[in-house]
Amino acid sequence: MSGLPTLIVSGILTGGIYGLLAMGLSLQYGVARVLNIAHGELVMVGALLTYTLYTGFGINPLVAAAIIGPLLFGIGFLLQITLFRGLKAWAPSQAAFEGNALLASFGLLYIINYIGLIRWGGVARAAYYLNYVVPLAGMSFRFNRVVAFAVAVVIGVAVYLFLTRSRMGRAIRATAEDPATAGLMGVNVNMVLALCFGLGALLAGVAGSLISTMSSVSSGIGFRNTVIALIVVVLGGLGSVPGSFIAGIIIGIVTSLVSGFWQPVLVVPVYYGILMVLLVVRPAGILGKK
Amino acid sequence: MRILEGQSVTKYFGGLAAVSKVDFHVDQGEIVGLIGPNGAGKTTLFNLISGALPLSSGEIRFKGQKLHGLKPHQICKMGLSRTFQETKVFSNMPVLQNVLVGAFFGSPNRVSGADAAGEVTQALEFVGLSAMSATPVIDLTLVDQKRVEVARALATKPELLLLDELMAGLNLTEISEAMELVTKIRDTGITIFMVEHVMKAIMGICGRIMVLHHGEQIAEGTCQEIACNKTVIDVYLGEEAHAGS
Amino acid sequence: MDITRFISTHRKLLLVGFPLLIILVFLATLPLYGGVYYTRLLTTILMYVVLSVSWAMFSGSTGYMSLAPAAFFGVGIYTTGFLQNTLPFPVIIPIGGLLSFMLALLVGMVTLRLRGIYFTIFTFGLVVFMSEVVAALESELFGRVGQHINQLPGETIFYAMLVTAVATLLAIYFIRRSRLGLAMLSIGGNEEAAAHMGVNTTRMKVLTFAISAFFMGLAGVIMAPVKVYIDPRIAFSLSYSFMPILMSIFGGMGQFYGPVVGAAVFGYLEKTLRGQFSTYFMLGFGIILVVVILFLPNGIAGLVPMLQGKLSGVIAKLRKGGKAEQHANT
Repeated sequence: MSGLPTLIVSGILTGGIYGLLAMGLSLQYGVARVLNIAHGELVMVGALLTYTLYTGFGINPLVAAAIIGPLLFGIGFLLQITLFRGLKAWAPSQAAFEGNALLASFGLLYIINYIGLIRWGGVARAAYYLNYVVPLAGMSFRFNRVVAFAVAVVIGVAVYLFLTRSRMGRAIRATAEDPATAGLMGVNVNMVLALCFGLGALLAGVAGSLISTMSSVSSGIGFRNTVIALIVVVLGGLGSVPGSFIAGIIIGIVTSLVSGFWQPVLVVPVYYGILMVLLVVRPAGILGKK
Repeated sequence: MRILEGQSVTKYFGGLAAVSKVDFHVDQGEIVGLIGPNGAGKTTLFNLISGALPLSSGEIRFKGQKLHGLKPHQICKMGLSRTFQETKVFSNMPVLQNVLVGAFFGSPNRVSGADAAGEVTQALEFVGLSAMSATPVIDLTLVDQKRVEVARALATKPELLLLDELMAGLNLTEISEAMELVTKIRDTGITIFMVEHVMKAIMGICGRIMVLHHGEQIAEGTCQEIACNKTVIDVYLGEEAHAGS
Repeated sequence: MDITRFISTHRKLLLVGFPLLIILVFLATLPLYGGVYYTRLLTTILMYVVLSVSWAMFSGSTGYMSLAPAAFFGVGIYTTGFLQNTLPFPVIIPIGGLLSFMLALLVGMVTLRLRGIYFTIFTFGLVVFMSEVVAALESELFGRVGQHINQLPGETIFYAMLVTAVATLLAIYFIRRSRLGLAMLSIGGNEEAAAHMGVNTTRMKVLTFAISAFFMGLAGVIMAPVKVYIDPRIAFSLSYSFMPILMSIFGGMGQFYGPVVGAAVFGYLEKTLRGQFSTYFMLGFGIILVVVILFLPNGIAGLVPMLQGKLSGVIAKLRKGGKAEQHANT
């Protein structure tokens, strides 16, 4: 049993990935207004593709991530301009659109999951990368977890800067706030929606790549990752990217503590308990707006 | 009798006061108008009264009872009903069922099927929609959808009716018809508090008018008094000057 | 009483009721001539009927998207698992329903006061949550996860499911026509307006949600013996949320019979083709769901009025054409 500081730092490291998972979902819902419950499946695809590229072609996972990210971006982008834009056009109201989009993503969940199952089977595989232990402030952790955290932070900061400093970032935030007005002010709303959805998919894919370096992966990991992403997103505030990151760290720490002091099997019930309390007390999350 | 009164009613959204320390009252049997430029806080005030939004501070009393913490459905059953600025009809039902919802649920006591049906027939006749009872409400024109909203609100047997921009989007004939309808409603004993932009309607049927600007009440009085009130004129002329530039 | 008068006043009821009665008799006697295969098949289809119609009753009318059917169905399955050696089967059935009802009440009270999206997220997580909680419970109590279910004759299960399906359909039929049904519809139409017209929206939503969960729990209890062996992954399989949704959307939620049609079609497809092409089949179902949502949001039942409209349009055109010919000839 590790001591408290180790558990906490371990939780922070895991939390980086959780934050990355949630950021993608947050972007997709916050801007494109699609609650993509197939998010975890995209993570799975990223993870398994990385595995295949690493074990089959010897491509280093971090490099693979740089390939998979844009690939998934493209897939997300295409999905948005075909499927979700079509749904938006036909929907009688915003609420109907969000409902239909959610159901469509449920369909996607099955489609992507079963493509994964067909291609890779249900067997769990592992291809660890940088799996050796390194010392960190007197404690020791596996290097891949530290790297994953670092990558997550770098990406998180990059996304944050992009959203707050760049022109496109401003356009994105305007669209999230009020698409109609944004359109009137010259923003190409359709492009923004597709971009954000694609970006969300990219983040999912990269998270998957990082996960594959540290744990065993299979075609079934999607669902669990979606649930984690959802809980983190609600905690951090739907639509808030910094909120997702902070919430990810918190959930990471909670996971670590519950696993360490209690039992790993209690982690999900604890998440759920947190979710329930949150929904009663402050559904908008830490940094969310209603 | 004061059927509705508010003291120091305030509502903050973040740091912004949408409604600030507003005092108002409506006496039974009156038709009181609420006017003001866009964004003055009129619909927010209505939302505070109907229970759709919670107060930040202040007090609102309906028939002497504090409305603090009550939900919209409870306030409705007390006898306060409303229509909405963006017409909120039940888009998945025909006209008759829309009004039926009001008839069944608007009363504090259990309403029998027969009584509810009777209420609906009466309400539809009152607004002139009897012929369209089976039409899906989404197929109706804007005017008729507004009539459905009114009939539905009437079916809840209110003592006070809040009308939020009933005349918006109507042409001159329709406005006159609407004015007649509102007066007819008052004549049945229902008190009316109405938000309006159409001056002709306000001046034509309101006994008293309240003016809001930037969330504060800037004037209150009879139509004559308001029409001659310098502050009000400045606010509206100021609006027009901005609109022109 | 005059026979002709009776027939004309109750014409609609007889027109629909008589064929239904025949179907009911046909189903009730199925085990006698259908054999094991068809009995099993119909049992599965009836299970999906219960799940789909229950799901559509709540999510279809209110617009609140619930992904929880698997959770309530799983509760039913595990109720059998835990109680099979202590209580007789007919007693376990209502208990399973009741437990699901209470779980739904709890979940509803917490989440149905909020915007719909949080409710949906919660229901999605609920399935995983129940799965993990039950797994933890089994580990604690028995030291292992998963259990064997006592076998029951296929006919017993079939009749239990048949009775449950009929009861569910009747209950939902009457609820739709009741005050509760009207309240649900008004919430789906415009929730804020409904609240302002006196509808206690939270209470109505929670109640309806719990009722729909009750029926799903019943179905779960009954299906457990079919499975021989259960574990949390099998009992709380997301497929039991996915299939009813697919079936309701495909069949169309506007009409009462829509989900039934969907359940029959996909229940048949899943059961007959699952063995051979299981993986490809679920992939296909996913694609069908997406296609239907995109192009047929009102489902098959929605096509009916559309086709009727087109048909009368065609007939009107033909009539006009006929008249024009008459004029041309004179």
